[in-house]
Amino acid sequence: MSHESIEILDARRSQVLRKGEDGAAAMACGKPSVAGSVSQRACVFCGARVVLYPIADALHVVHGPIGCAAYTWDIRGAQSSGPQLHRNSFSTDLQEKDVIFGGEKKLTAALRELIAACKPKAAFVYSTCITGIIGDDVAAVCKTLSTETGIPVIAVESPGFSGTKKDGYRAACDALYQLVGTGDTAGISNHSINLLGEFNIAGETWMMKDYFKRIGIEVVSCITGDGRVDELRRCHGAKLNLVQCSGSMLHLAKRLESDYGIPFQRISFFGIEDTAAALYEAAGVFGDPELEQRARNLVSMELAKIQPELRRYRKILKGKKAAIYVGGAFKAFSLVRALRALGMTTALVGSQTGNLQDYKQLKELCDPGTIIVDDSNPLELAKFCLEQDVDLFIGGVKERPIAYKLGIGFCDHNHERKEALAGFQGMLNFAREVHASVMSPVWKFVPRRANRKKSNKEKAA
Amino acid sequence: MINDTDLLCDDPPATPDLSHCTAATRNACKLCTPLGACLVFRGIRGAIPFLHGSQGCATYIRRYLISHFREPMDIAASNFSEDTAVFGGEKNLLAGMTNVTRQYQPEMIGLATTCLSETIGEDMPALVHTCREKIEGLPPVVHVSTASYRGSHIDGFHDAVTAMVDQLATDSLPHGGLNLLPGMVSTADLRHLRELAECFGFNVTMLPDYSDTLDGSTWADYEALPSGGTPVDNIRTMGGARATLELGDSLRGNARSAASLLEERFGVQKLSLTLPVGIRATDEFIDALSRLAQRAIPAAITAKRGRLVDSMVDAHKIVFGKRAVVYGESDLVIGLTSFLCEIGVIPVLCVCGGKTARFANTLRSVIPDLPAETIIRDGADFADITHEARQLAPDFLLGNSKGYGLARELGVPLIRTGFPIHDRIGGQRVLHVGYRGAQILFDAVANAMLERKQETSTIGYSYL
Repeated sequence: MSHESIEILDARRSQVLRKGEDGAAAMACGKPSVAGSVSQRACVFCGARVVLYPIADALHVVHGPIGCAAYTWDIRGAQSSGPQLHRNSFSTDLQEKDVIFGGEKKLTAALRELIAACKPKAAFVYSTCITGIIGDDVAAVCKTLSTETGIPVIAVESPGFSGTKKDGYRAACDALYQLVGTGDTAGISNHSINLLGEFNIAGETWMMKDYFKRIGIEVVSCITGDGRVDELRRCHGAKLNLVQCSGSMLHLAKRLESDYGIPFQRISFFGIEDTAAALYEAAGVFGDPELEQRARNLVSMELAKIQPELRRYRKILKGKKAAIYVGGAFKAFSLVRALRALGMTTALVGSQTGNLQDYKQLKELCDPGTIIVDDSNPLELAKFCLEQDVDLFIGGVKERPIAYKLGIGFCDHNHERKEALAGFQGMLNFAREVHASVMSPVWKFVPRRANRKKSNKEKAA
Repeated sequence: MINDTDLLCDDPPATPDLSHCTAATRNACKLCTPLGACLVFRGIRGAIPFLHGSQGCATYIRRYLISHFREPMDIAASNFSEDTAVFGGEKNLLAGMTNVTRQYQPEMIGLATTCLSETIGEDMPALVHTCREKIEGLPPVVHVSTASYRGSHIDGFHDAVTAMVDQLATDSLPHGGLNLLPGMVSTADLRHLRELAECFGFNVTMLPDYSDTLDGSTWADYEALPSGGTPVDNIRTMGGARATLELGDSLRGNARSAASLLEERFGVQKLSLTLPVGIRATDEFIDALSRLAQRAIPAAITAKRGRLVDSMVDAHKIVFGKRAVVYGESDLVIGLTSFLCEIGVIPVLCVCGGKTARFANTLRSVIPDLPAETIIRDGADFADITHEARQLAPDFLLGNSKGYGLARELGVPLIRTGFPIHDRIGGQRVLHVGYRGAQILFDAVANAMLERKQETSTIGYSYL
């Protein structure tokens, strides 16, 4: 089968746009995935697990058969500066008899033993497809254990089938919200923020915290990067919420705004422009010119450190074409801009969970001819990568082999990566990685590129 | 940039001993059943695996397999929603199968259930029947029941192999070929097993064979379903084979194994063998091939064995008396343990993640020289392994990537075997079987011991 003959399923046609050719067509997004389409999305459980995972001093117990817990054991790049409890995988590993007679007893025993042994600050109990179907009362078990152990034991409502990954984000926010407001906010500075949707992949949270410290802004809680239960308990004392991964955290930001009057701003720490904008916005909110001056100083100082090397990459990468397929659309905006800063263009861009507004914005941002996709699948991604003849793919581990098989460079921008790509240093790391992949000599030997070279030669002759 | 280590505690907190927390599974040494089934279906030519359940199962399994094989791994799903879970999955299954048929144009669809579709009691044969009636151009569909609350990934694997034979093989004219059921081994293992069998002149049907589909070349154009795999037509005629070689002790005496079905239905001779890891098990395998083919063992194979023995002599003292912890799927653990005993390493702990009551007995009966002190556990997880290993002072671990944390804590090498290997390049190409596999394993063990000696030495000799 050649890529030209790959068909877009009828039910998915309205989830593919081409800037400049679709007029004002709006993306048909936010839908459940089409059956039989090999969606790159996972499930509600995955959404919840991915958001709560970095809370390092909490116990995370998956109530279900073994798969859900096994596939999420120590796979992320989310680092902790202290406890490493979150990197374990605990499961009630339900067996047939549990499915028949119910798993509440097993869950109770599991929590009782693990809380006694691990002494966590809180426990999150994830429900899965099976616990949703057999009707275990996870909330009741959590309540009992909470009373018994004295720590918050929180049910995360995440049966896999009960929506999309986005609903899992919401379930995670609701679970987190049970901690909010239970801690003492005394001593929190007037110049204080929470970072929402920043997960400390490869230590990125620490880089951001360092920036804010230098500007003079206190980070009360990072949700959930290098997360701690006690910090979450007092996050309602912050004066501003900066929301990075907005797909996952907007729900929490809105609740904090309506209940505690904390305003929020959507920001991103990917790319120079976006990082600088985020720092300026945060510094500007408090009406203290000194903060703003310090932010300007910081940005120019950091830029000076990375600009010479970046300029070198820009020269080499200029005119190269990229494809982007990521979880949340907000990250895609940053990546389009970051690629532009490297002289590259984006020819294909999409996300698993973007909303109408996201796609509208994405369309405005992109160059004419760019293909925009929602909830895409490997066949479409391969087809469009070849059609657009891209040199680089930015995605996660599931997209990587699509790129490599076709002789396309790849940059992992998902939560499993172990490279810091946020902030100024992160932009340099990003440029280095893009450069290392796009300019590798190995592509010369890959059939697609070798054939292209051959046909070019023939044309010339 | 802030250095990561600046922010770490001086003493990273020790993992508490969780061995007494027995209600939960703590860092499982197993995966779920549909993963094994998907792997089998990926080894069938032109087949696409299809999961009846939530799309998360497909996505997680895809991601996990990709992390090891580093190849595209498309698994379709019926993408259950809340309504589907309540009212049944027929509509989604029909839509999904229609879409997959149209988009992938597969030669076969391998349909596996998930815990969700099993729990709501989907009648799979009836649903498949409906699909056949209603979907134009639907290729053959083989379905297997893989509720993940029954068994682990290795059960899903073997059940899918049985389902393939059960639903496809028919009475066929004798053709003298050999059915080879390799079990869950690496792509390099599959290639080598086929090569060895072909040395004896056999026309081999190996089920499954993902050696190309999950370890192939880069492409000039996109291949929706990568080339390679066992042709469906060959599976249909497995009933006409000269014999079936079934590898892996866990299948011995299993009346529902694929080899048993072929014997019972079509009278194909069944030979159950230990996975050919190490000298003795490989000898058995080669002897079986030689007997079946009524041909002498080719000189090239004998030479390989000779070189292996010679290298073992050269390095016997380096490995003698070393203590090893071995873990993974039962059949691979049995093979690896047998090999360790052959070279004088003491397998102090042998663990399989799945619950198999027969594991200890099988291990002892297959390996008569297994030391009495060897601790054998089935249905164990990494909390159990950690608990035991902390007291056993092993010199190295032998198993998949998931033991890395323990190896790091104990300060001993992890020699990577089995699945998953997702912290090294080439995990899918690790060769375990045959004399060549034993040679690679032996060198790895001996060199790991030499390296450790060299690195812990205050002098640092460059000549050992």
